[in-house]
Amino acid sequence: MTAQTLTTAAYLIAALLFLASLAGLAKHETARTGVRTGIAGMTIALVATVAANLDSGATGLIVLVVALVIGAAIGLWRAKVVEMTGMPELIALMHSFVGLAAVLVGWNGYLDVDAEAGLTGALLGVHHAEVVIGVFIGAVTFTGSVIAYLKLSARINSSPLTLPGRHALNLGALVVFAALTVVFVIEPAVWVLGAVTLIALLLGLHLVASIGGGDMPVVVSMLNSYSGWAAAAAGFLLSNDLLIITGALVGSSGAYLSYIMCKAMNRSFISVIAGGFGAPAPSG
Amino acid sequence: APAPLAGHLTVFALAVVIGFYVIGNVHHALHTPLMSVTNAISGIIVVAALLQIGSGNALVMGLSGAAVLLTTINIAGGFAVTRRMLSMFSRS
Repeated sequence: MTAQTLTTAAYLIAALLFLASLAGLAKHETARTGVRTGIAGMTIALVATVAANLDSGATGLIVLVVALVIGAAIGLWRAKVVEMTGMPELIALMHSFVGLAAVLVGWNGYLDVDAEAGLTGALLGVHHAEVVIGVFIGAVTFTGSVIAYLKLSARINSSPLTLPGRHALNLGALVVFAALTVVFVIEPAVWVLGAVTLIALLLGLHLVASIGGGDMPVVVSMLNSYSGWAAAAAGFLLSNDLLIITGALVGSSGAYLSYIMCKAMNRSFISVIAGGFGAPAPSG
Repeated sequence: APAPLAGHLTVFALAVVIGFYVIGNVHHALHTPLMSVTNAISGIIVVAALLQIGSGNALVMGLSGAAVLLTTINIAGGFAVTRRMLSMFSRS
């Protein structure tokens, strides 16, 4: 068995464990096992990836180990000291990390010339489209989550921001994003990717700022879904099926959970995700 | 479409459908734990950052190092927070 086969097998097992973890979390009796299954899946994915990269040079390995250890220590510490009432805002803050990481991964996909080696014609175009889309989803998730965090922790006013023509602003941002994607696929340049990043950051900010504090739990769940789509986009970029599967699982289950939560709160799903679209959002 | 993309799209579409079904009938009280466990799992994007860290380019290495740090906070914090939440349930 080659190293490549081993990695693929480990990724498949990790993906199945994540699936079992989500299923487990749907019932009280299996919830605890579900968390353990998820941790096992993540451990397998991490070990397999690091093992496959042992030949990537000493500097890379040192950066990798230092980042992993510091990150894990901060995460465990925050989880230990957080008040139970501060849980939603901690989750919102952690979504912003996934969003930012997706932006960085996307930028790396463009900056790392090796990633483009051997790609020609349509494949190169697909690669560039994947970079832009990954950066866009990641950036929206990042600023959206930061605003959700600030609103939940009462650091900013939680009433919805109502700019004149806010739906036109959101739609306009999407149109400009689509146009810039085409430009980037035809003629990749740093300024185009920079512009996409900026527009996406502003869109995320505006989308969540225009939603009232009472709807924040649903928004956090929706941002969770976005962070999944961002991971899936990174998977397309790096041709990694584990990322695609896990990202898609998180993305669609997160969207469905948001929908269930909306129904439980008697709120319109569309109006919550589009920032009070069509109906005046009571802030409650 | 190029062959590898078609394969990835197939995998993606199937995983999207499974994601919808797997959490059907989730218990109301488990909404927040489910959210925080999916939050931890979305930290899987760490794999992307790990794959990029070995690049010879110093800038790429620095950016992916930062991405690994951020996502590890997310993974460790997400699972630990979920465990804490679930342990509250058993006592009540």
